[in-house]
Amino acid sequence: MATAQILGLFQDPEQVVVAMDGLKENGFPGEDLDVYSGSPFPEGSFGEHDPAHRLYMFPLVGALIGFTIGLLWTAGTQISYPLITGGKPILSIPPMTVIMYENTMLGAIIFTVLGVLFESRLPKRNLGLYDTRITEGYIGVLVECPEERLAQAEALLSKAGAEEIKKEEER
Amino acid sequence: MYYRRTLTEAQINRELLGTVLSTPLWWIIIVSLLGIVIAGMFSAIGFMFNQGLGVTGLHQPVFWGFFITNFVFWVGISHAGVMISAILRLSQAEWRRPMVRAAETMTVFALMCSLLMPLIHAGRPWRIFYWVFPYDWARGIWPDVRSPLVWDPVAIITYLTSSMLFVYTALIPDLAIIRDRSTGWRRSFYGVLSLGWHGNPRQWKLQGLAGILLSALILPVFVSVHSIVSWDFGVSLVPSWHVTVFAPYFVIGAVHSGVSAVVTLMVIMRKLYKLENYIWEEHIDALARLLIVVATAWMFFFWLDLVFALWLREEQELVVWNLRLFTPPWSWLFLIFFVTSYVIPVPLWMFRRVRRSFTWMLWTSLLVNVGMFLERFIIIVPALMRKGPMVFDYSSYRPSIIEYTVVGGTIALVSFLLLMFSKFFPLIPLWEEKEGQLLIDEIQIGKIAVPALVKEH
Repeated sequence: MATAQILGLFQDPEQVVVAMDGLKENGFPGEDLDVYSGSPFPEGSFGEHDPAHRLYMFPLVGALIGFTIGLLWTAGTQISYPLITGGKPILSIPPMTVIMYENTMLGAIIFTVLGVLFESRLPKRNLGLYDTRITEGYIGVLVECPEERLAQAEALLSKAGAEEIKKEEER
Repeated sequence: MYYRRTLTEAQINRELLGTVLSTPLWWIIIVSLLGIVIAGMFSAIGFMFNQGLGVTGLHQPVFWGFFITNFVFWVGISHAGVMISAILRLSQAEWRRPMVRAAETMTVFALMCSLLMPLIHAGRPWRIFYWVFPYDWARGIWPDVRSPLVWDPVAIITYLTSSMLFVYTALIPDLAIIRDRSTGWRRSFYGVLSLGWHGNPRQWKLQGLAGILLSALILPVFVSVHSIVSWDFGVSLVPSWHVTVFAPYFVIGAVHSGVSAVVTLMVIMRKLYKLENYIWEEHIDALARLLIVVATAWMFFFWLDLVFALWLREEQELVVWNLRLFTPPWSWLFLIFFVTSYVIPVPLWMFRRVRRSFTWMLWTSLLVNVGMFLERFIIIVPALMRKGPMVFDYSSYRPSIIEYTVVGGTIALVSFLLLMFSKFFPLIPLWEEKEGQLLIDEIQIGKIAVPALVKEH
């Protein structure tokens, strides 16, 4: 079944709330609706669908990988070239912890950024249905629905006060 | 009290993307002048590579001079950027908004500049592979991870990578704003960099979480990096360097010089980019209050460093402190350092009028960094002069014109990089300013209207 997208542009956040409520009341599922804005509105402002994320797992995994690399690097190089300096043992734990700590933190930070991108579903090659006025104060409500319901979605967006409605068909 | 001006999204875009979407004449002139100074710096470096380190003032036994002083100085400057940004983001401080991006960017460029110093100080930087990376596979020789000279690049590269990721992650929504205001190759360029950002609630939520998570992760790295820089000195046997207080002393000193550099940057940015709507007296007032606390904490650690030397009464320690405090020219340099980094600025910052004056704050913050450069110089050089009984290679150190050129050039380099950054990316985060605008409110209490802020945590 062919689906289509429609984007309503609003200036007033209150109108967006009316549009979102109207769409949901008329059987458009929350996961098929999206809101685009140029600034971060407080969470739940538009009653948007909020699926769970696993961002907090990413730094933990990254830290573990970083720690392992740090351990293998520091222990491996000392064992590979067992040169005694300053009477210290070959596997000196205190200096190893310095490098292991840095690698752990680096792993955690790199994986946090990767996690943010993954959970934000970025990068995206195509912007799809979008309007550049969104980054200048407009708020876009995107509806993805079967083609036959497009007219109904358009009517609901218009009724809520959409200043402009853009359409783009998708297969 | 914090009074935010009411601005529209279009106005914020127009005012903060001024230099990104057009090129003012002053920008071309300043960048060209800085380019000449940087060319001079690289010519001096090239000459030094060709002639050898003999063209510097370094000689037995003082082999750490201006370059290493400058390395510690720029690592110090780099510290406050991310620290301020991370602490303010974690605490959701409202006044963070105009200063986080510029502070984080300064961190990145100051760190890059600091990395340059040990490289050129080595005389033959292409041989860096001998220090940090495994070399000579055939003979199985590996770098010694027990050496602080290996810890140091590991820590700095960790901090640099983290800071760059920190800056980039928070930049993505702004890149989308520039993408939407550009045409032609610029649109493609910012389109690729913004990764297809739409600004849906999930992306905004994760952007907010990223700010908090990355801040929490980067703060311990910030503390560790300057601690490790201090261990370059602390784990040696050089008198007056191997004191246990060195790590916190270096960290708090870095914060002192770094926060001062942030103040300098904010004042200059405000003037050059006409950011009067975004950077106000309240911001530098808050930074000045922070500086009073930081400077006084730093003075405590400085005092501890001296007390430990006097308490132990080790002869070599006393010789070094005697040089620093009572032997010209070191005593003069010490006096200048002490007066410029604490005695003049801190009492002045006690006055509200000074704290809220951009001119006063510019000069006092610059003064602090003159003092802090001298502080590192006085820590490093007199300790290496080894003046003491039964020492036959005692010698002083005077930087050469090559070293002065390189150190001066690094100031131009960081300024140049910041200006280049501002040509492509906004120095104030637009989306953070817009978020601030969303949360403005005012409540009436009795006879006065009080600015109120509603923010979820």
